[in-house]
Amino acid sequence: MIDMKDNIKHFLISNSVPIIFIALSAFAIPLSGFSYGYLVQEMLTRLARNSFLVLSLLIPIMAGMGLNFGMVLGAMAGQIGLILVTDWSVVGIPGLVLAAIISMPIAAVLGYVCGNVLNRAKGREMVTSYILGFFINGIYQFVVLYLIGIKGMLRIPFTGMDIRIPVTNPQLVLSRGYGIRNAINLTGLRHALDNAFQFNVPFGSAVIDIPVSTYALIAFFCVFIVWFRRTKLGQDMRAIGQDMAVADSSGIAVERTRIIAIVISTMLAAFGQIIFLQNIGTMNTYNSHDQTGMFSIAALLIGGATVSKASIANVFVGVTLFHLMFVVSPMAGKELIGQAQLGEYFRVFVSYGIIAVALVLHAWKRYQERERSRRGLRGEA
Amino acid sequence: MVAKLKKFIENAGWPRIIIGLFLVSLYIAAPMVNVKVLTSLSDTLVRVGMNGVLVLAMVPMVQSGCGLNFGLPLGIIAGLLGATTSIQFQARGLAGFGFAMLVAVPIAVALGFIYAQILNRVKGEEMMIATYVGFSSVAVMCMAWLLLPFNSPVMIWGYGGSGLRTTISTENYWRHVLSDFLAFGSDTSGTFYVPTGMFIFFFLMLFLVWGFFRTKTGTAITAVGSNPEFARASGIDVNRMRTISVILSTVLGALGILVYEQSFGFIQLYMGPLYMAFPAVAAILLGGASVNKATMVNVVVGTFLFQGILTMTPSVINSLLQSDMSEVIRIIVSNGMILYALTRKTQVKR
Amino acid sequence: MANGEPLLRVESVGKEFFGNRVLADVDFSLGHGEILGLVGENGAGKSTLMNILFGMPVIASTGGYEGRILLDGKEVKFSSPFEAIDAGIGMVHQEFSLLPGFTVTENILLNRESTKYNPLVEVFGERIRTLDRQGMKKRAEAAISEIGFSIDTGTFAAEMPVGHKQFTEIAREIDRLNTKLLVLDEPTAVLAESEAEILIQSLRNLSSKGISMIFISHRLQEILDLCDKIVVLRDGRIVKETRPSDTDIFQIASHMVGRNVEASSASRPSRPDTEAILEVDKLWVDMPGETVRDATFSVQRGEIFGIGGLAGQGKLGIANGIMGLFMAGGSVSVKGLVIKLNDPAHSLSRDMAFVSEDRRGVGLLLEESIDWNIAFTAMQVQDKFVRKLLGGLVKWRDDAAMRAATQEYIKLLDIKCTSHKQRAVELSGGNQQKVCLAKAFVVGPDILFVSEPTRGIDVGAKKLVLDTLRKVNEERGTTIIMTSSELEELRSVCDRIAIVDNGRISGIRPAAAPATEFGLLMMGSEPAVAGSDVGGGDA
Repeated sequence: MIDMKDNIKHFLISNSVPIIFIALSAFAIPLSGFSYGYLVQEMLTRLARNSFLVLSLLIPIMAGMGLNFGMVLGAMAGQIGLILVTDWSVVGIPGLVLAAIISMPIAAVLGYVCGNVLNRAKGREMVTSYILGFFINGIYQFVVLYLIGIKGMLRIPFTGMDIRIPVTNPQLVLSRGYGIRNAINLTGLRHALDNAFQFNVPFGSAVIDIPVSTYALIAFFCVFIVWFRRTKLGQDMRAIGQDMAVADSSGIAVERTRIIAIVISTMLAAFGQIIFLQNIGTMNTYNSHDQTGMFSIAALLIGGATVSKASIANVFVGVTLFHLMFVVSPMAGKELIGQAQLGEYFRVFVSYGIIAVALVLHAWKRYQERERSRRGLRGEA
Repeated sequence: MVAKLKKFIENAGWPRIIIGLFLVSLYIAAPMVNVKVLTSLSDTLVRVGMNGVLVLAMVPMVQSGCGLNFGLPLGIIAGLLGATTSIQFQARGLAGFGFAMLVAVPIAVALGFIYAQILNRVKGEEMMIATYVGFSSVAVMCMAWLLLPFNSPVMIWGYGGSGLRTTISTENYWRHVLSDFLAFGSDTSGTFYVPTGMFIFFFLMLFLVWGFFRTKTGTAITAVGSNPEFARASGIDVNRMRTISVILSTVLGALGILVYEQSFGFIQLYMGPLYMAFPAVAAILLGGASVNKATMVNVVVGTFLFQGILTMTPSVINSLLQSDMSEVIRIIVSNGMILYALTRKTQVKR
Repeated sequence: MANGEPLLRVESVGKEFFGNRVLADVDFSLGHGEILGLVGENGAGKSTLMNILFGMPVIASTGGYEGRILLDGKEVKFSSPFEAIDAGIGMVHQEFSLLPGFTVTENILLNRESTKYNPLVEVFGERIRTLDRQGMKKRAEAAISEIGFSIDTGTFAAEMPVGHKQFTEIAREIDRLNTKLLVLDEPTAVLAESEAEILIQSLRNLSSKGISMIFISHRLQEILDLCDKIVVLRDGRIVKETRPSDTDIFQIASHMVGRNVEASSASRPSRPDTEAILEVDKLWVDMPGETVRDATFSVQRGEIFGIGGLAGQGKLGIANGIMGLFMAGGSVSVKGLVIKLNDPAHSLSRDMAFVSEDRRGVGLLLEESIDWNIAFTAMQVQDKFVRKLLGGLVKWRDDAAMRAATQEYIKLLDIKCTSHKQRAVELSGGNQQKVCLAKAFVVGPDILFVSEPTRGIDVGAKKLVLDTLRKVNEERGTTIIMTSSELEELRSVCDRIAIVDNGRISGIRPAAAPATEFGLLMMGSEPAVAGSDVGGGDA
C-alpha cells in the first residue's frame, strides 16, 4: 500500500513538468476556441516539422555534455545547403537530398570545431556551446552577407582569384550584388518531403493530412538511435556521460568520443533544419536558426527530459505539448484578458522559463545528490 | 626584451592584443577615408559613459566567484521600473532622474536577493542559469508592461491599445540631465563633445565599488571568489557574501540602464533588455578580466576598447568597403571574447 | 612454478623525487599463485612501488626509477598503466571506479565489451559494432563465479552494497583473460568483517587457480591469514621479509614503526598536569575519507597533543570537525564552555586557529598575495588590520598594517619570497606552509590545530616548522594539537599522543611510550591483548 503510494508520488514528481503542461493545455484549449480537428492537424504537422531537430539533441545528453545549444551550428549548415540548392533550382526530393549532401560536410566541420572547443571547457559545456552558437552565427552572417553573391568583388590580392561563392538568382541576392536576402522563398522545395507520400484521414468533419514520408524518416531515425545505444560507441558515450575519469582510466578515448557525439548531433541538426524549412516553405536567412535551438531545447525539457537524461518519448511528448501551448496560448490570452499579445509573451516566457527551471533543478539535484552521498559516508554517531 | 614582450602577450592574451591593434588601426585609417577622428572620439566617449556602469555591474559577481553576470537584465528591469515610475509621476530634471534611481534601487535589491538565492543553490553552473533567469524575467516583464496600471499618455499606446509603448522618449523628463552637466561642446553641433556629468557619475561609481572592495566585507567577497573553502575556514558565510555581491551587481545594473537611457533619450521596454548582458560581458573580458577576477581598470579599458570598436567600425570599415560590416564584427568580437574567456585553461577552482 | 622462474621479480628498485629518496634497494620476488602481503606506514613507499610497477606517468615525468622489474623473467618497463594491464597486471583500487548507472555486467566489461559484426562497421569502423549482451552476461557470470561468489549481473552499481562493489571490481580484473598478477590496495578497508572474510576466501580461491597477488592492507590479521609471504617496508626500504608462520602481529607492527624502538631522542621533558583546556566528548565528524565515529579525549592547557593513526582512519577529521569545516556532532568544550559545532566563525571566535592539511584547497588563497593570506582570518574574525572610518560605519582595510605584520612574519619564519605582494601560488610547498602558520599565529590563538604540518616540504623547512611550533608553545603558552601521519615526528614534538583507528581513539600514550605500542594501537589492537597473545614473542 505504502509502496504503491510511494510509486505514484515518484511518478508524479519525476513527470511533474509534462503533467503541469498537460494541465495548462487542458485549461487553455477550451478557452482558445480552436476545433479539435484543427489542433490535431496542427500537432501532426508540427511533430513532423520539429521532431528530427529535437531528436538531434539526444546523443550529446547521452555523452554527458548536457543540452547541445550548439545545434544551431548544424541549423546554419542546413540553411547554406538550402540557399545553394535554391540558387541551382534543384527542386523536389533531389533538391532536399542535394541540400543535405552539401550541408553534411559543413556541419561535420562545425561539429568538430564545437567538440574541440567543448573539450576545453569541460564542466561548462552548455554555456560555452551557447556562446559558440552566437560566435558562429557571426561568421555565418559574414559568409551569407558578404561571401555569397554575383559580382566578383572579393578577390584575393595579386591573384585575381574570386573567393566569392557564386549565387546568381536575383530572388536570393540583395540588389547590391552580393549577400542573401532576408527572406527566401523555398518554392521548389516546399513540402517536397511531406508530400512525397501523404495520407488523408477523415477526422470528424475535417480531413487530416498525415505526412507519412516525413514520419517514416523520423521513425527510421528513432530506430537508429535505439540501435546506436547498443553499439560499442553508444556504450562508450554512456560511460563517459556517467563519469569521465572512470571512462578514461578504462581506456576509452574520452575527448575523441565527445567530439564524435557533437559531430553527430550537429549533422543531424543540419538535416533536421532542412526538414523543418521544407515544411515551413520560407527561410528567414538571419533568424531561422536562432530560434531553432531554443525551441528544440524547450520542447525536449517540457517532454520531461533533464540535462542528463532524455529519451525518445520525451521528444514526442515534448514537441506535442510545447507546440500545443504555442498554438493555443495567444488565443487563450486574447479570450482571457483581451490581448493576444499577452499570450505571445506568455509562450516566450515559457520557452525561456522552462529552460531556466530545468537547469536550476538539474544543478540543485546534483548538489543534493552530492550531499546525500556524503551523508552515506557518515558513521553512526 | 623579447621575453618581456612574450610575457606581456601571455598576460594580455592574443584576442585582446588583436582587438587593441585593430582599434588603433581603425583610428589611423579614419582620416584616410574622411572620417573625422575627433567626432569619432567624441562618439566613443559618449558610448563609454552610457555603458560604463553596466560593465561595472559585472565586477561584484565576478569577484565573488558567481561568474559573468549574464543575468544583467534583472537589474535592467529594476531600472526600467524606476524610469517608468518617474515618468508616470511626471518627475523631471535631475530630481526626476534621482527619483527614478530611488525607485529602482530597492527593486534591484529585492530582485538581486531572490536571484542570489537561486545562484547559491546552483554553484558551478551560475552562468547558464543566470542567462535564462535573465531571459525569463524579461519575458515576465513583457507581460507586466502590458498589464501594469501606468496611464501617462507619454508612455501608453496612442489609440485604443493598452499597455506601455515599446520605446518611450525621456525628452521632456530627464534626457541628458547627466550628460549635459558641465559638458564640453554640444552633442548636436557636431563638434567635440564630452558628457562630463555622465563621466563624473561613472567615476563616482567606480570609486564606490573600488572603495567597497577595500573594506572588510569587500575583502571577504574577493576571498570567497578566490577560494570559497579558504573563506569558509576563516569563518566567512560564503552564501551571504555571494548574496551581497549579486545584489550589488543588480543595483549597478539598474543604475547603469538609467544612465544609458538619459543619454540615449529613450526607454526601451519589452524585449529591449534581452541581450544587453552580452556587450557588457564582452567589454569587461576585453578589458582583461577573467571569469573570476575583475578590476576597475578592466572596466574602463574594456568599455573603451569595446565601444571604440562599435563606433569606429561602422564609420571606417563601411567607408572602406562600402558595406555595413559593423554588426557582423560586433557579433564576432563580443562572442569571440566571451568564448575565449570560457575556454581558457585557467579554470575556476572549486 | 612451471619453469622455476618466479612471475615477478623486483631487483634493487629505487626512486627519488626531486632529490628526496622514497624508495631504495627494494628486492623481492613473487611466484605463480603466491600471495604477497605488503605492509608499511603511510609514506613508507608502498604507493610509489605500485606506481612504478604500473608504469604510472608520474614516475616517468619525475625522472624514472632505478633497478629492474622482471615479469616472467623478462624485463619490463611500462610507460602507461595500459601497458601494464596488457602485460597481465590488474589493480583493484581503494576507491571504487564503478559507473553507478551501469549494471554489474557493464561495469565488469567496461571498454572490453563483447561485440558483434554489422554491415555498418565497413563504413564507420570497429566502434560501431553492436554489443553482444548475451555474450557479455556469460563472461561476467564466468568472472564472478571464478572468484567464488554470486551476484545478479543485472544489478546497477548504484544499488549495490559496498562489498558487492568490491567483488565487481575484482571480477573486472579477472575477466581480462591474461591477468596473472592482481594488486589489491586496501581492498577490505571499506568492508564489514563478514564481507572481508568472504573476500579473503575468494582471493584464496583465485590464487589456487594460479593468479598471483600483492595484497596491501593495514589489517595485519588478514595479512597473516591470507598471504604466503610478507614484506615490510619502512622509509622506502624493505626491513623484513618473512613468512606468516615465522612471525606475528606484534613483530610486524614493530618492524613497521620501529625506527628507534628504544626511545625517541628528542622527546620532551615531562610537564606537570594542568587543567583541561579542550574537552571532546563522543565527537563524530562526517569528513569524506576521514570519518570520525566516536572520539573522546581531553587536552591540557599548554600541552602539545599529538593525533596519529593510519590514513583514512579519521585522525584528520577531528580538527576539521572541531573547527566547523565538516558536519560534526557530539560535544566539544573549550575552557569549560561548550562550543557550537558546524560554525567555523564560532570556533575561531573561541580562540582557536587551524592550519589545514589541505594547504592548497583550504589553507591558502593561491591567487592572492602573501599579506592577504596571512592577514585575512585575523581581519575577518578579530577586526585586526581594519581602520574604522566615518565613525565605524566603514571598515577600511589597513594595507599598511597588513604589510608590517607580513614582513615581520616573513623575517621570523624565513619565508622565501620576492615581496609581501608575491602570490601564494608561486611559493614552494615549505614556504606556503609557513604562510599558513603565520596566518594562524596572527590570530594569536589559545589552541592551535596543526594538521600534517610537514607533509610535502623539504627537510630544512620541516625542522623550522617544528621548532617554530615548539617555540610558540613555550613562549606564548599556546596549546597545540598536532595531527600527523608521521609517528616519529609526533613523538619528537608532543607530550601525549592519541592514536585514531576506525574513527575512534584507540588509545592515548605519553610520547615516550615505545613505538611498538603505538604501532599496535594503529592496527586497532590494544597492546595489552596483543601482548598476552604473543607472550614472549618479542623477548
